[in-house]
Amino acid sequence: MADFRLPKNSRIRKGNHFRDSTEQDLKTVHIYRWDPDTGQNPRLDRFDVDMKACGPMVLDVLIHIKNTIDSTLTFRRSCREGICGSCSMNIDGTNSLACITSAVDIKGDIRVYPLPHMSVVKDLVVDLSNFYEQYASVKPWLQSDSPTPDRERLQSEDERSRLDGLYECILCACCSTSCPSYWWNGDRYLGPAALLQAYRWIADSRDDFTGERLDELDDAFKLYHCHTIMNCTRTCPKGLNPAKSIALIKRAIQERK
Amino acid sequence: MSLEQSLARAKSMEASGEGSHHWWRQRISALVLVPMTAWFLFSVVGRLDDTHRAVLDWIAEPVTALCLVVYSIFMFYHAQLGIQVVVEDYVHSRSARTALMLLSKTTFLACGALAVFSVLRIAL
Repeated sequence: MADFRLPKNSRIRKGNHFRDSTEQDLKTVHIYRWDPDTGQNPRLDRFDVDMKACGPMVLDVLIHIKNTIDSTLTFRRSCREGICGSCSMNIDGTNSLACITSAVDIKGDIRVYPLPHMSVVKDLVVDLSNFYEQYASVKPWLQSDSPTPDRERLQSEDERSRLDGLYECILCACCSTSCPSYWWNGDRYLGPAALLQAYRWIADSRDDFTGERLDELDDAFKLYHCHTIMNCTRTCPKGLNPAKSIALIKRAIQERK
Repeated sequence: MSLEQSLARAKSMEASGEGSHHWWRQRISALVLVPMTAWFLFSVVGRLDDTHRAVLDWIAEPVTALCLVVYSIFMFYHAQLGIQVVVEDYVHSRSARTALMLLSKTTFLACGALAVFSVLRIAL
């Protein structure tokens, strides 16, 4: 059955309190901490950060904390401009990218947790192995039996425009980990990110394997465990619409019957 | 804990080829139920003050009887499809899932059969 409480060793305790030495422009940040090596329960550390000493985004705040207060704070980050998808986490109750979420605009305290319902590796880093394998399972590459042309495979402007809103996905996993269906059945339901990527290749005019791709998705769990909750679309930091892609896959399957 | 690799786990879930039937039937039955439920509620509320005899006479009318039979079949079928999704969502133990699925299917089948039988008994 579904669990209604966290297991005993996952319940969050009150953590440490660190404070920058300034009197004004302090922003309070609560951060989920868990270290697998200590064997202790996760805790919520409180940092009072001098906003004059760091940049405006949540990622700037995290980097400031790591550099000047607590170097053990662990999180993924790379591009700091919303294109690599590394710094996805739950900020102020919503999955987003820390690098493009403004810390200044968040009213009151900032609360930062790892992506929900995922196994935590350490602090804000979660295990995305299953997420990536599900992405691999939709064969996200061009499949074609037609003879390899001497030059590019051509598309009309209209055909190319069908990929708009799909190719921009950066696989940050914000959408999939915001989806209750993915929380309860993440092992069997592919989740919005993998399904949007699947649709990206179904919609591609250069791909000859649309039929096989649709056949592989016609499953009570893989695709149809989307119950149109729409958290995916609401949370996507890139403003994409995975729910629409899922609906279009369902329609494409129905149109073949 | 299993040492099975995530790729093996992700790939082992071959498509059953059944999801779309369930999804489509749920949509169709929902569409049928929209006007039928409105008709049913409207008719029943309009007859709250009627005598038992008058209600029986109303049920015995051919059009009413037909609508009630169709309504019962679609309503219980739709309910069963919905409950199936709830069980798939929240019950993860295989034995409990199978048991609950059998129980819900039998219950809804029995309820539907009973409803149809009752209407026919009054009408025929």
